Amino acid sequence: MSDTQSPEPKGAIAKFLAASPDSVGKTIFIAVAVCLVASMVVSAAAVSLRPVQEANALKDKQINVLQVAGVYEPGTDVSEAFAAFEPHVVELSTGEFVDDQFDPATFDDLAAASDPELSVALDDDPAGIGRKALYRVVYLLRDDSGALDKVILPLHGYGLWSTLYGFIALENNGNDIYGLQFYQHGETPGLGAEVDNPRWKALWNGKKLRDDAGDLQITVSKSQPAAGPDFYVDALAGATLTSVGVDNLVKFWMGDAGFAPFLAKLQAGEF
Amino acid sequence: MSQTKREMLVDPLVDNNPITLQVLGICSALAVTSSLQVSFVMALAVTFVTSFSSFFISCLRNQIPGSIRIIVQMVIIASLVILVDQVLKAYAFEISKTLSVFVGLIITNCIVMGRAEAFAMKNPPVASFIDGLGNGMGYGLILLLVGFIRELFGNGSLFGVTILETVNNGGWYVPNGMLLLPPSAFFIIGLIIWAFRTWKPNQVEEREYKIQQVEAH
Repeated sequence: MSDTQSPEPKGAIAKFLAASPDSVGKTIFIAVAVCLVASMVVSAAAVSLRPVQEANALKDKQINVLQVAGVYEPGTDVSEAFAAFEPHVVELSTGEFVDDQFDPATFDDLAAASDPELSVALDDDPAGIGRKALYRVVYLLRDDSGALDKVILPLHGYGLWSTLYGFIALENNGNDIYGLQFYQHGETPGLGAEVDNPRWKALWNGKKLRDDAGDLQITVSKSQPAAGPDFYVDALAGATLTSVGVDNLVKFWMGDAGFAPFLAKLQAGEF
Repeated sequence: MSQTKREMLVDPLVDNNPITLQVLGICSALAVTSSLQVSFVMALAVTFVTSFSSFFISCLRNQIPGSIRIIVQMVIIASLVILVDQVLKAYAFEISKTLSVFVGLIITNCIVMGRAEAFAMKNPPVASFIDGLGNGMGYGLILLLVGFIRELFGNGSLFGVTILETVNNGGWYVPNGMLLLPPSAFFIIGLIIWAFRTWKPNQVEEREYKIQQVEAH
C-alpha cells in the first residue's frame, strides 16, 4: 500500500483500493473483512492453545492438593506425586462413593454446583455460596502399606469481597486437621489475603473438628472459645470479615450439610 | 515527519511519557503494580499490543472508512489483546491468574487507542510500529518504577525475592500495607509526575487561571 496513488488505477482490485473508503460498499466490505480476519486469528489462537491451558489449570489444582497434604516442594514432579492420591466422587447426603456414576478424574464439582440436576439451592447458607453441589470430589492419600493416611476435602465460601476456594486436609481419623489452603480468592492484599500466609496456615495443623461428644467445635475467632485451644484458630488481624467467612465455610463444609456423613463413615473405618 | 525514528522511540520514555505527561492508562497502572513481576508482564503485554495494533492499523489506514474507524481499530486491538491473554494463560499461568481481568482491560487502555487514532491513522506502518513500541515502553517504565517501590516497601521483596525480611516471617521489617492497596499507586504516580516536571520544567502545564492580587476597596 503506497501513500501516493497512481493516477489511473487499472484492474478491479486497484480500482477498489483507490476508491474512496467512505463509500457504503467499501465500508461494509472493510467491516466484514476485518472482522473475519480478526475472528480467525483469535479462534486459531484459542483452539491451538487450549490443551496447554487445560493442562495448566489441572496442574494448578493438583499442586494445591499436594500442598495442603504437605507433600509438595518446588521441583516436585506434580503428576507423579499426584498419582498417589485417589480421587473419589462423594454423594454428600449419604457420604457414599458414587464413582460408578461419575468419573472422579474428570468430574467438575464446581460446575456441578450450577447444574440444577446436580445441585440444590441453599436456604440456610452461612458460607454464602447460593447453591451446593450434591456430589464433590475428595482425595484419599494412602501410605505405602495401603492404609489411609490423609483425606483432602474441597471447600469454598464467601469472605469479604470474593469466594474463597480451597482444600482442607484431615488425618486418617477424620477429625484432626492437617492443613487448610485456599487456591483462589480475591481478598484484600496484606489483610484478608493473609489467609495465604504460611504462618497463619500453620495454625490449623493439629486442630480438631469435633469434641468427644461429636459436636463440631472448630472456630476461627479473636478469642479462645470455651471448647478449648484444640478447636481454636486465631482470626487474622485486620481481616475480621474474611476470618468470619473462613469460620463459616469450614463449619458449613465440615457440618451436616457438608462432609459430616462422609467423615462419619471414614471414622467407622469404611474406606 | 520531522521526528527521526530514534526520537519516536525515546521521546515517550520521559519527554512525552503517556502516563506522566498525558496522564493516560492510569487505571491499570494502579491495579497491577503491587508486584514487580506482574508489572513487568503487563508492561510487555501493553507494549506488544500498542506496537502491533499501530502497525496493522497503519497498514490499513488508507482503506479504513472514517465512519467506522474507531470500531475497526477496536477490533484489531481487541484481537491482539485476546491473543496475549491466551498466550499468557498457556505459558505464564500463575501470572495470568494475578493479572486476571486486567489483561482484557488493555483493550480500554487509552494509550493504545490514543496512539492508533493520533499517530497510526496518519503515518506509515514502520513509523507507527516504533511509535507504539516507544509508548508501550514509556508506560512500562512507569509501571516498573511504581512496582519497584510498592513491592519493596509493601512486601519487602523484589521479583518475589525477599530483600527486607518482614515481621510476619520473623524478620525486622514492618511492611507498609497501604503500598499494596491501589490508592498508593496514585500517590506514587503523583510523586513521579512531580519529579519529572521538576526535572523537565517544560512539561509543566500552564495554569488555566491565575490568582491575582486585587486591592481591597
